[in-house]
Amino acid sequence: MLRILVDRLLTTLPALAGVVVVCFLLTRVLPGDTAAYFAGPAATPQAIEQIRKELGLDRPVPEQFGRYVTELARGDLGQSLTTGQPVLADLKSRLPASAELTLFGLVLALVVALPLGILAAVKQGSLADHLCRIVATAGVSLPVFFTGLLLVYLFYFVLGWSPAPLGRLDSFASAPPTLTGFYLLDSLAAGEVETFRSALAQIALPGLTLAIFALAPIARITRASMLAVLGADFVRTARAAGLSGRKVVITYAFRNAVLPVVTTLGMVFSFLLGANVLVEKVFAWPGVGSYAVEALIASDYAPVQGFVLAMAILYIVLNLLIDLAYGLIDPRVGSAAA
Amino acid sequence: MSLAVQPAAAPAPRPPVEASGLRATLSHARHVVGDNPVTGFAFGLLLLLVACAILGPWIAPYDPLASDTSAALAPPSLAHPFGTDQLGRDILSRVIVAARLDLAIAVFSVILVFAAGGLAGVAAGFYGGWTDRIVGRVADTIMAFPLFVLAMGIVAALGNTVTNIVIATAIINFPLYARLARAEAAVRRNAGFVQAARLTGNTDARILLTSILPNIMPLMAVQMSLTMGYAILNAAGLSFIGLGVRPPTPEWGIMVAEGASFIVSGEWWIALFPGLALMLAVFCFNLIGDGLRDIVDPQRRT
Repeated sequence: MLRILVDRLLTTLPALAGVVVVCFLLTRVLPGDTAAYFAGPAATPQAIEQIRKELGLDRPVPEQFGRYVTELARGDLGQSLTTGQPVLADLKSRLPASAELTLFGLVLALVVALPLGILAAVKQGSLADHLCRIVATAGVSLPVFFTGLLLVYLFYFVLGWSPAPLGRLDSFASAPPTLTGFYLLDSLAAGEVETFRSALAQIALPGLTLAIFALAPIARITRASMLAVLGADFVRTARAAGLSGRKVVITYAFRNAVLPVVTTLGMVFSFLLGANVLVEKVFAWPGVGSYAVEALIASDYAPVQGFVLAMAILYIVLNLLIDLAYGLIDPRVGSAAA
Repeated sequence: MSLAVQPAAAPAPRPPVEASGLRATLSHARHVVGDNPVTGFAFGLLLLLVACAILGPWIAPYDPLASDTSAALAPPSLAHPFGTDQLGRDILSRVIVAARLDLAIAVFSVILVFAAGGLAGVAAGFYGGWTDRIVGRVADTIMAFPLFVLAMGIVAALGNTVTNIVIATAIINFPLYARLARAEAAVRRNAGFVQAARLTGNTDARILLTSILPNIMPLMAVQMSLTMGYAILNAAGLSFIGLGVRPPTPEWGIMVAEGASFIVSGEWWIALFPGLALMLAVFCFNLIGDGLRDIVDPQRRT
């Protein structure tokens, strides 16, 4: 197991290197003159030259790259001009909000999509099958920010069930003591039922928006992969041996069908991390996505670059976890690699 | 697959083979459309979209930029079927006129990535070796990013213009095209018709362009249709967060963004109609892509 872990870690290195190089390139092709930009509009040519020296922009590109990598290794992503804080600190304080939202949406999507996909495959042509097809086609066509707005209109304005789409807690509640940074978990851990209710009410709509978005690929691949497995010989054998339909479907078929689903999760994460930005903007969610958007609008580039890099690294880590989960779910994968 | 290889048959009997291949494809297409009326519906929708994109300024009832503060925030009525926005601009006209920009962004980015990704992928599959490794590495690096986030980063870095939205959308779709083209070219690298072309003294470039590329075109066409929808969504998402298109230019994403702040006070029509247009456009291309795939590659049907 340890060896597999090390092997897997090594395979992420090229991706990591690629990400760092691309992020470096992105910082160096800033519109206009980077030094002039950092110096501000009222700077004299001397001041700009001074800043160019300070930033090392007068150095050859390989040296600049070396400097960039050293700064990264020290965790220095630069300063945000709007908040005046180091970008890393900003990202750290806002990441739990985004992570909670993304995971909430993903879990919601899985809870609905897996049974739906299985049902659609087991009972082809049934209501569940048609529902699955509609969900799969509509889900990929709906712009995520549009779904979010529709939900706000329906549940906030028309029905009045949901609080105003502004942040993680309503204005009267205070944040629970920080344990994980996830308000849902922290409030439960502290036994603050009111806070939990408030946090749940706030996260419900953005979470649902993300879930609708993630539902489509998961349901689609679950159905396809279940269909393939249900036609396999071992399922026929299990049925012939007189096992109950439930046991055949859940224990025999689903366990084997789950691998393609896990693979798809990698793609789903890629979509979710992007959709997160849009959903956070719609719901004024104080996560890293809205941080990057605010910085973008203010032409504050360091946070945007930090955000892109952080999301890429997060995505690599998630893919690594998915790879490892692969080995746990299907022991054959691990033994083949060793 | 057999369909795709047919045009490369010996030159003499080629016209009849192609004709019967074409006829088979057409009858297959008719079968698929008949079997799946949804595809026919999608083609109708496409015609409507293209008509709006080409004729937009002429069929729009009002000037999409003309504001009329006396009629601001009017709900849908006979005079303004989709209502008006906070400046009294007619939303129907803006939705119609926006079709051109939205489709243009998607079409240009898809053409760009088709040319770049298709050529790189075909070369990678055909030559293997270093070409393959470099193209593969570039594709892997792009795939290591969450794609929308990368697009944000690219537009932020290159500058906030529509051209850069097109470029960013093309870049994030590059791996899809490069990989597809690579796989298809690698399969055909040593196929009989390629060897025949080589034996008769054709250059590599000529073999790539006249023997291999035409054979993978059907699959690439499916890919183009499917990524059109994604490209529209992506561009709209970028303009929704304030990148690329600037107000008052009519564009669906930015119109939804403008309507977003009015949703909480109940003025639903400002965001709804451009959002619906966006959704229908994406839906249309996805359906056509699925339909085309059923024709070109029935085995991948799910």
